[in-house]
Amino acid sequence: MNSESNRATEPRPEGQMTAPDAGSRTQPFYWSVRRELWENRSIYIAPLIVAALLLLGSAISAFYLPERRRALLLLDPEVQRAAVEQPYDTAAMIILATAFIVGIFYCLDALHGERRDRSILFWKSLPVSDLTTVLSKASIPLVVLPLITFATIIATQLIMLLLATIVLQLNGLGAETWTPVPWFQASLILPYGLVALALWHAPIYGWLLLVSAWARRTTFLWAVLPPLALCIVEKIAFNTSYLASLLKDRLFGFAADAFAFEGHGTSMHTLAQLTPGKFLGSPGLWIGLAIAAAFLAATIRLRRYRGPI
Amino acid sequence: MPCIEARGLRKTYGATIALDGVDLRVEEGRILGLIGPNGAGKTTALDAILGLTSYQGELKVLGRDPWTERDQLMRDVCFIADVAVLPRWIRVSQALDYVAGVHPRFDRAKAEGFLAKTAIKRTSKVRELSKGMVAQLHLALVMAIDAKLLVLDEPTLGLDILYRKQFYDSLLNDYFDRSRTIVVTTHQVEEIQDVLTDLMFINRGRIVLDCSMETFESRYLEAMVQPEHVAAARALKPIHERQVFGRSIMLFDHADRDQLAALGEVRTPSIADLFVAVMGDKANDAKGATT
Repeated sequence: MNSESNRATEPRPEGQMTAPDAGSRTQPFYWSVRRELWENRSIYIAPLIVAALLLLGSAISAFYLPERRRALLLLDPEVQRAAVEQPYDTAAMIILATAFIVGIFYCLDALHGERRDRSILFWKSLPVSDLTTVLSKASIPLVVLPLITFATIIATQLIMLLLATIVLQLNGLGAETWTPVPWFQASLILPYGLVALALWHAPIYGWLLLVSAWARRTTFLWAVLPPLALCIVEKIAFNTSYLASLLKDRLFGFAADAFAFEGHGTSMHTLAQLTPGKFLGSPGLWIGLAIAAAFLAATIRLRRYRGPI
Repeated sequence: MPCIEARGLRKTYGATIALDGVDLRVEEGRILGLIGPNGAGKTTALDAILGLTSYQGELKVLGRDPWTERDQLMRDVCFIADVAVLPRWIRVSQALDYVAGVHPRFDRAKAEGFLAKTAIKRTSKVRELSKGMVAQLHLALVMAIDAKLLVLDEPTLGLDILYRKQFYDSLLNDYFDRSRTIVVTTHQVEEIQDVLTDLMFINRGRIVLDCSMETFESRYLEAMVQPEHVAAARALKPIHERQVFGRSIMLFDHADRDQLAALGEVRTPSIADLFVAVMGDKANDAKGATT
C-alpha cells in the first residue's frame, strides 16, 4: 500500500500510463477474455492453420494460373469476374466455416471444462462475477472470433492476390486481369457480413453456452439431440417440419435478409447489395437476439449454482 | 463485527441433511480449525461461507450475504479448496497476470517475492509442477492478497511432510497478523494443533464442540493411569479410555489436575485424541441405545 501511495505522488512520464496501476484499477472483463484466449488457443490457431493450408494450395495452383487466365480472357467480362473472384470467395468461406466450428466447440466446453477440472473453484475464489465470466465467454464467438476471422480472411486474400499478381506479371498478363474486381467494396462487404452473421448466430452460441453450464457430460449430444428429437417428433406427430426449417434458417438463413442477390446466385459485387435496413427490420434477427439474451441470463444463473462435477 | 456469523444454518441435498441448524461465530483475528469426519458437513459449511452454495438460515460473512454478494465478498475473502484447483493449462506468469488484473487487493511484487523462495519457474505450466509446487504457487497467490478472511479446505491434501510443514509455517510467519481470520479444515489435525486459536468439531451437520484452544488446554486433560489407580481414575468419570502398551490412558473433561497427577502422568491431549473421544462417544451413544 505504501509503495502505491508513493508512486501516486511522484509524477512519472510515459510508461506509467501503460503500467497497470495495481490495486486501484482492475479490468475483470478484459482479463477474463485474455484468460479464454490463453486456455483455448485453437480460437486463433485453427483459422491460421486453415489459412496456411489455403495459401499452400493457392501457391501450388499458381503454376497453372497463367494458362487458366489466358483461357478466361476469351470469355465475357461478367463470367471473367466471377471466375477471378471465385478462389477468394472460397477461401473466405472456408475460414468462416472453420471459425464457426471453433466457436461451437469453444462454447460447448466454455463452462463445462472449468467444472470438469475443478478450476471453477479457483475462478470463483476471485472477485469476478458470474455475469462478467459468462459475458466474457460469450464475447469469444460474438466478437473475438469475427475479428480474428476478418483479419485472417483479409490477410489470406491479400497474400493470394499478391501471389497471383506476381505470377501473372511474370507471364506478361498485366494487372488489368484483376482490376475489374471491386476490391474496395468487397472489403466492406466482409465486415458487414461478419457482424450480421454473428448477430444471427447469437442464439446458437447462447444455447451452446447454456448446455455447457448445465450438462454434466456429453455436452455435444445434449446440444444437438434434443432439437433434433423435437424435429422428428413434429414430423411424426403432425407431418410438418416448421421447427426443422426454423433451425435451418437460423444456421444458414442470415444472408436472405442481410443481402440482395439480384439473381446472381450467391456472389456479391456492389455495396448496393447490402441491405442492413432489411436485416435490422427482420423479426428473425430480434427474436433471435431476445432468445440469445434469455439463454445467457439462464447461463449466468446456472453458473452461480454450479460447482465441480 | 464478527468475521463469520451463522444462525440456524441448514442445507439439504434431497433427503440428505448436510447442515442441520449450525450456529457459529468466528471473531476477527482467529485461526479456527473445523474438524469432522468425512461427510460431516465441513465442506458444505465452507461452501456456504464462500457463496458457492445456497442455504437456509442466517449467514453473514464480513457483514455480507455470501450467496447474493459473492463477487464483492471475494475482494476480502480468499480460499484454497484443495491443491488441485489451479487450472492445469495456466502458466505461472499468466496466473500472476490474471489475479493482478482482476483483484484490487493483489500485490504482485509480494507474490513474486514468495515465488522467488521456491523452485517454481515463471514459464512453467501448472501441469508441469509437482503437487507440492502447485500448493506453493496457490499459497503465494493467496498470501499476496490483502484479504480479511482466508478459508482453507484440506489445503495440504496429498502433500508430503516437508511441504505440509512449510505450508503452515509460511502461513503463520508471512501471512497471519492477528487482524486476519483463517478457517481451516483438515484430517491431519496433529499438524495444526499449535497453529489454531479455536477449535470446532462438526458431525452429521451439527457442531458438537466449539471452544478456544486456551479453553481446550485447561478443560481437557489426559492421564496415563498407573495400573493400581485404574479403579480410582474411572470413578472420576473419564470421557474416554484407551489402552496403550497395557496402560490405561483416560481423557477427562473438567477434572482437577492435582487429583489426576496423583493417579499417573498428566498431559494435554492431542486434538486427534479428543476427536476420537467425542466422536467415538457419539457412535457409542447410538449403539448404547440398543443394548
